[in-house]
Amino acid sequence: MTKRTFDDAYQEWKEKTESSLTKFPERKQSFVTPSGIEVDRLYVGNAENPSDWERIGFPGEYPYTRGIRPTMYRGRLWTMRQYAGFGSAEETNRRFRYLLEQGQTGLSVAFDLPTQIGYDSDDPMAKGEVGKVGVAIDSLEDMERLLEGIPLDQVSTSMTINAPASVLLAMYIAVGEKQGVPSHQLRGTIQNDILKEYIARGTYIFPPQPSMRLITDVFAYCAEHVPKWNTISISGYHIREAGSTAVQEVAFTLANGIAYVEAAVKAGLDVDQFAPRLSFFFNAHNHFFEEIAKFRAARRLWARIMRERFGARDPRSWQLRFHTQTGGSTLTAQQPDNNIVRVTLQALAAVLGGTQSLHTNARDEALALPTEESARIALRTQQIIAYESGVADTVDPLGGSYFVEALTDRIEEEAVRYIQKIDDLGGAVSAVEQGYMQREIHRVALETQRRIESGEEVVVGMNRFRLEDEPQPPLHRVDPALERKQVERVQSLRARRDGQRVQETLAALKRAAEGTDNLMPHILACVKAYATVGEICHALRDVFGEYQPV
Amino acid sequence: MNRPIRVLVAKPGLDGHDRGALIIAQALRDEGMEVIYTGLRQSPAQIVATAIQEDVDVIGLSCLSGAHNELFPEVTRLLKEQGADDIIVIGGGVIPQEDIPFLKQHGIAEVFTSGTTTKETAAFIRQAVKAREAQT
Repeated sequence: MTKRTFDDAYQEWKEKTESSLTKFPERKQSFVTPSGIEVDRLYVGNAENPSDWERIGFPGEYPYTRGIRPTMYRGRLWTMRQYAGFGSAEETNRRFRYLLEQGQTGLSVAFDLPTQIGYDSDDPMAKGEVGKVGVAIDSLEDMERLLEGIPLDQVSTSMTINAPASVLLAMYIAVGEKQGVPSHQLRGTIQNDILKEYIARGTYIFPPQPSMRLITDVFAYCAEHVPKWNTISISGYHIREAGSTAVQEVAFTLANGIAYVEAAVKAGLDVDQFAPRLSFFFNAHNHFFEEIAKFRAARRLWARIMRERFGARDPRSWQLRFHTQTGGSTLTAQQPDNNIVRVTLQALAAVLGGTQSLHTNARDEALALPTEESARIALRTQQIIAYESGVADTVDPLGGSYFVEALTDRIEEEAVRYIQKIDDLGGAVSAVEQGYMQREIHRVALETQRRIESGEEVVVGMNRFRLEDEPQPPLHRVDPALERKQVERVQSLRARRDGQRVQETLAALKRAAEGTDNLMPHILACVKAYATVGEICHALRDVFGEYQPV
Repeated sequence: MNRPIRVLVAKPGLDGHDRGALIIAQALRDEGMEVIYTGLRQSPAQIVATAIQEDVDVIGLSCLSGAHNELFPEVTRLLKEQGADDIIVIGGGVIPQEDIPFLKQHGIAEVFTSGTTTKETAAFIRQAVKAREAQT
């Protein structure tokens, strides 16, 4: 009976997948090893233990342990999306064009800290930070320069922006309009995940409650006007970089996800209206199998949460789609070429875990921003995995491994325990306000540091196998004159634009912020009037106040 | 000196990555020092004011955003201006080797980059404070 059930289910999956092949063809007619051995689309056990296969399921089907698409990378490889941005909009535009020429398939914009925290380049708070960790964007004018010559109907763009996410999205929409690309054709992602900023990354502006409103306003606006846009990328990446374990990364990220879904439902949105546009962002560290299991566990757990806890009915609402970045904090300043090997292992884990898009870190990131050469090697690492290793030729190649399945189960169980604890604290927003996640992460970070210092945890080239006289590689430098130029630029813009229109749109935004209107149309009006990021965020600060950490 | 060494751990600028600052703060406490942590987004002026008010022996600055060449020397400049340049300033974070001589010229006593153990930092602080006591 049970054996037959498995056979039926497998047969059904096979037929369904075969019939979808005309619509979604695979990359090749057949996949073979160098010895000429045919590689199957999917390998399954013999279903001796039926409870196992039900728990694991088939790719493209609930609970998606084995991946969200039935053919995964046989159909289409993951998006190779290298995060880049530094200095001025023109400089970053050149790096984008270079990466696109080198075969990158999606853009990913890094903004400088003043932009991320809502300060213009000439704000006293911005001193020394302009153009450093990303590109400086003060106004729509800078965004136009950033995207010049890049057809927005053909690329998808990910923007790592959180507190002012709606402002930068509005700028993207405005540039699209100028290029003649209507907003419903725009594809991309804004990170827009404020909870992890309070927990781990520190680029917050407003307190949690108004921040949650800005986020749900984006959900609602995009559902209607920018339907192909991923309205949030719920991010475990920074939680992990702050020192968490893999289990905490899954647990805290999904707990934050639950908080966003609850906020949106409370704001009156139907879960199946916005949930298909939620996306995730995870880290990949060195422990190869734990990382693979982490991705599989996260996918299965989210599917359960959406279906059982929120009653979502659209299968797309159950699917956890995610971007992965290899772990910046795992890289060493010592013997930087060793980082290429670390990144390769981490990227391979992300691919074996079924990621939809991937950023591979450059070898010199523990020292400075990547040089063009090191950025290219990082991209080549992904291309070698994709085109030479053969791991993309069958779906979920490690599925059914005793070790991987046991680890997947274990990570899921432990993450569930954390999520229950956060529920007990009143949910993620309340747990963040109480500093719960922050303390848990800090405790683990300290333990890790102690293990590294005692030598119990080996970091090759740093606490073992050191070199005495290490040559320093050439580093990427941001021209110090950039800050001055950017300051002049924003000041000249303020002198040229229609000041009255700016004041009117800012005043209207403030009134809307005091009420309950969706803020997106108001922000869009400000942006089109060439109000700056700083002016728009200050208008909102006047109404919402600023977050003060506990 | 018959009181514990007092250290201000500070995050100048807008960089929000404070794992290193939090770890060093805890490690120095475990070494018997009194440690105050400023939290994120402190201006050099705020850091100097806190250091003077709290009568610290050492300021530890942490910055990962690349703004160190602007922010660290501003802290030592303000300390000097306010007659508090007996406070020892050390720095850490993502700081290229080639920037270290410049920072030292501007009065940063030592720069600890990724891979330094907390024990090494604590030992440096003890020695530097002792050397300063011997001078006065």
